Amino acid sequence: MTALLRFDGVALRRGGRLLFEDLDLEIGTGEALQVVGPNGSGKSSLIRLAAGLLRQERGRVERSPFALADDQPALDRELPLGRALSFWGGALEPALDALGISHLARVRVRLLSSGQLKRATLARAAASGAPLWLVDEPLNALDSDGAERLAKLLADHRAAGGAVLAASHQPLAGDWTRLELGE
Amino acid sequence: MIGSLIGRDVRRGSTGATWIPAAFFLLVVALIPFALGPDAKVLQRAGPGVLWIAALTAALLPIERLVEPDRADGVLDQLIVRGMAEEIIAFAKIAAHWLTFGPLLLIAAIPGSALLAMSGQSLVRTEIALAIGSAGLASLAVAIAAVTSGFARSGSLAALLLLPLAIPLLIFGAAASVGGHPSALPLEAAVSLLLIAGAPFVAGAAIRATMT
Repeated sequence: MTALLRFDGVALRRGGRLLFEDLDLEIGTGEALQVVGPNGSGKSSLIRLAAGLLRQERGRVERSPFALADDQPALDRELPLGRALSFWGGALEPALDALGISHLARVRVRLLSSGQLKRATLARAAASGAPLWLVDEPLNALDSDGAERLAKLLADHRAAGGAVLAASHQPLAGDWTRLELGE
Repeated sequence: MIGSLIGRDVRRGSTGATWIPAAFFLLVVALIPFALGPDAKVLQRAGPGVLWIAALTAALLPIERLVEPDRADGVLDQLIVRGMAEEIIAFAKIAAHWLTFGPLLLIAAIPGSALLAMSGQSLVRTEIALAIGSAGLASLAVAIAAVTSGFARSGSLAALLLLPLAIPLLIFGAAASVGGHPSALPLEAAVSLLLIAGAPFVAGAAIRATMT
């Protein structure tokens, strides 16, 4: 088993506040880790650190190619969803199907609801083909159908040898290793 | 990736508000005869300098939409996550901004020169100087857009930063436009090149700084 993401004694400080230190974690193929903790405990920061968008104060972070799905849609609001997503490349159609938003491909992004946007950001990660997915609050704004589709998508991804790091204060379906922040 | 980013930014830049800086430029120029009076000699003499002042103020208008929307929307994050260096992102934004800003400005300068009773020769000199200067101005605009992105009221702050930094460009650009010293145009080109070369690094560092 190879590690797709590894933290080695990592400390992260933001705005002068130490969010965590001496954090070790390893996510291998087929594994999924859920970061839990109260608001402000550094869940999203940990995701951004894993994505290389933040720099750790100490320690080492090693990562495989990955996709990031957070709360920012990063889609051109004036374009139809299909075209906006295609800017980011990847195998789009199966991903749109998996999240049940194929019928929205011709709808302008600015007309989509927040749940539909969430599905779109998850579809972008799914389309990327990256082995490691970093997802921040994946259940935000998703309805029960969306949550079911997400659970199936993540299970399929893991079955295909992928790995997932998710930050969420809500319970996620499937079996997850849990990492508690902010104790 | 850089090609598709330039294409995307040009498309975004040319959908809605592209014509606004050029229209503003013409509007500022059109005010001058009201302020200075209709004397053709006075207008002719002020003409190239007026076009330059109008170009500098017009360059302020698009600043807020150059970097901030992409930062707030997570586009910069997704580009960086895909391994694109911040400097390359900035360079793409400069290229795209110049493509949507420069040519329209040069076109607007033609009726602008007529409003100021400028001669054909004076217009040609000004167009050459503006073509060279607009690239430097676009670079400066993107760098300042990146530095001020995320700040409240970044638009007014950007104006306070851009106008003083554009003074060297203004000095040599306006001098080249009136056909003053023959070294004015090469010096303007040098200033413009310096801005084009430096801006991606300033903007890249600013984007990195706003991440953390």
